[in-house]
Amino acid sequence: MDFDLSEEQRLLKDSVDRLMADRYDFESRQRYAKEPEGWSRELWSAYAELGLLALPFDEAHGGFGGGPVETMTIMEAFGRSLALEPYLATVILGGGLLRHGGSEEQKAAYLPQIASGDLRLALAHTERQSRYDLFDVATSARHDGGGFVLDGQKSVVLHGDSADKILVTARVAGSRRDRDGIGLFLVDANAPGVSRRGYPTQDGQRAAEVTLESVRVDAGNVIGNPEGALPVVEKVTDIAIAALAAEAIGAMDEMLKLTVDYLKTRRQFNTTIGSFQVLQHRSSEMFIALEQARSMAMFAAMMAQEENSEERRKAISAAKVQIGRSGRFVGQQAIQLHGGVGMTMEYKVGHLFKRVTMIDTLFGDADHHLSKLAETGGLIAA
Amino acid sequence: MDLRFTDEELAFRDEVRAFFRTALPNSIRRKMIDGHHPSKDDLVTWSRILNAKGWAVPHWLVEWGGTGWSPVQQYIFRDELQQAPAPEPLAFGVNMVGPVIYTFGNEDQKRRFLPRIANLDDWWCQGFSEPGAGSDLASLKTTAKRDGDHYIVNGQKTWTTLAQHADWIFCLARTDSAVKKQEGISFLLIDMKTPGITVRPIQTIDGGHEVNEVFFDDVRVPVDNLVGQENKGWDYAKFLLGNERVGIARIGISKARLKRVRELASLERVGDVPLIAIPRFREKLAAIEVELKALEMTQLRVVAAESRREKGKPDPASSILKIKGSEIQQATTELLMEVVGPFAMPYQPEEEGRNEPLDGPDWASTAAPTYFNWRKISIYGGSNEIQKNIIAKAILGF
Repeated sequence: MDFDLSEEQRLLKDSVDRLMADRYDFESRQRYAKEPEGWSRELWSAYAELGLLALPFDEAHGGFGGGPVETMTIMEAFGRSLALEPYLATVILGGGLLRHGGSEEQKAAYLPQIASGDLRLALAHTERQSRYDLFDVATSARHDGGGFVLDGQKSVVLHGDSADKILVTARVAGSRRDRDGIGLFLVDANAPGVSRRGYPTQDGQRAAEVTLESVRVDAGNVIGNPEGALPVVEKVTDIAIAALAAEAIGAMDEMLKLTVDYLKTRRQFNTTIGSFQVLQHRSSEMFIALEQARSMAMFAAMMAQEENSEERRKAISAAKVQIGRSGRFVGQQAIQLHGGVGMTMEYKVGHLFKRVTMIDTLFGDADHHLSKLAETGGLIAA
Repeated sequence: MDLRFTDEELAFRDEVRAFFRTALPNSIRRKMIDGHHPSKDDLVTWSRILNAKGWAVPHWLVEWGGTGWSPVQQYIFRDELQQAPAPEPLAFGVNMVGPVIYTFGNEDQKRRFLPRIANLDDWWCQGFSEPGAGSDLASLKTTAKRDGDHYIVNGQKTWTTLAQHADWIFCLARTDSAVKKQEGISFLLIDMKTPGITVRPIQTIDGGHEVNEVFFDDVRVPVDNLVGQENKGWDYAKFLLGNERVGIARIGISKARLKRVRELASLERVGDVPLIAIPRFREKLAAIEVELKALEMTQLRVVAAESRREKGKPDPASSILKIKGSEIQQATTELLMEVVGPFAMPYQPEEEGRNEPLDGPDWASTAAPTYFNWRKISIYGGSNEIQKNIIAKAILGF
């Protein structure tokens, strides 16, 4: 057991931290949010130059073979800075699905383009009725010659408006809530029949509603088994949850730091408010919630590559529960301890609060994962 | 970074687990599973089994019986011991006074006391708290006045756990009242058979007799029994309390109790279904398991950092272990009481040797007393509120 970063991991951390410190202060972030796509093309190129977009891929595909610990390092820095770029959508979700589910040809065709920063992806899975159940898929995929024709509607597609290609889950066989019969299709975002309505999300990021009307997908753009894509979608969303956990840690850590700074400088009743024990204890409780969440983010990173999918799912659910609960506590207390200042749009802490709040709703909130974990026998066997 | 146990660590875990499976007497294991306190004889028996194996004091200096295990191995050993479930060796000897003696004591004291602690030949108790000195320990009033080659000790200690069995007590006593309160305290080792010592039981809300008051009335203690230097006792006490937080999370105990909860909740039926199938119940259980897993990872982070940390500089994370560890342990006792349901009600005094059969299943009788008793753990060892002060000081600097 070893909790230290390797030399290479430390170098990666230093360079990401330096990039974000130099180019991603809060004012810059607010400026990037106003760019046409809602994020910075310039920073996207900087990530590509640093190799961040290539990180998880094999060397054969222009990557560095990085694992969950490397991803955790990057995501924590992104969380601290409230990065807006479609890293999760493109590299973790899109790249992950191609890497774990795609054929050799598909990997060779697309992964190098992701690595170079030339291809942006999105995953379209949520539907109006599905809530957090990845297997609840009504969008249909009908056999048509060698390919398929897709019809349906997808919601809250992260960075769907700026994606070049969209990975779509659609039902090839079975009924709406069957685990079998789900396919995964790579669709050109501008293909005939695809319409996208982009919008801002509560946390300042972007998403889209995507409608598919008789969208033709040829056989070469089916990812994996057309009736058995669910396991790979689950695996990659678990990896994404581990990444989001790290992002949430970065955001929580930043909220605690800002709160502690505020308690040390804000004066009332002729003293700094940090001298009041009730506020000291509250900040201690924030620290505890953060460190417990950090422990679970590490656990998630460790278990994201677990081969036994039942063990992996339990661990990821456990982590998501902790991240959701800690995030809510740290976020709410950060606002409370800042007083009115915490309520203002111009101050960073509120944006961090909104981001961790939205992270809870991505891929299942704390209650969803708690009930899943409980249903499948919990963490400690009798 | 690799958060998995190495193959060597896994092999070590298997070895330790196998030993506990065969070496722990069944009668003691049964008591532990059913939530009874091990008796003095149980603890002596078990301590001697461990000592014969060379595992009674694994964390001590190798010279005095330590095993030289890594911090991770120490963690695995403790975790497996608690999950066995086996009684923990008497903390007052092996975790508290032992390390103080080999760190600050003289050669005579080391030779005289350490082997007897490891073999539980001497039962030690802790004389720190007083009626007027709890969280504010340094305000203690028990005095030790020099008289030739003796100290004359007068005063009162309280919350003295298992003093009724004790051969020795280690005490903080004031040797100089003219200086700042922390600077006039000395650390004394006192034979409980010395004339002038009176032990009076305190019954706790669970009905048990664990803690006592200890009165000192002109008790003569040889100067040879002073540890280290006169008036430096506060430093030794801080060292001792720092060690006390190691392993205070007692994750293995919570794991064992949650396992028991799941087992019993699968047997107990609510109408036609087992209790464990009730979503509200199983989600409550899962929520505690999540907290416990997080704490285990936090504990391992602290363990991994242990070897690199400056001596005497407590990691604020160790206060997390105390706070969350106690909260989780308490939550597990609540949950077990919930499993037991109506059979939490019958009260059976432990020490009266009654033979009447219990109303209800025999594993039910300890659930409520354990819940009542375990309210203590967020109070002792530096109350959870004191721990929050410690964290605040570390992160805010106040």
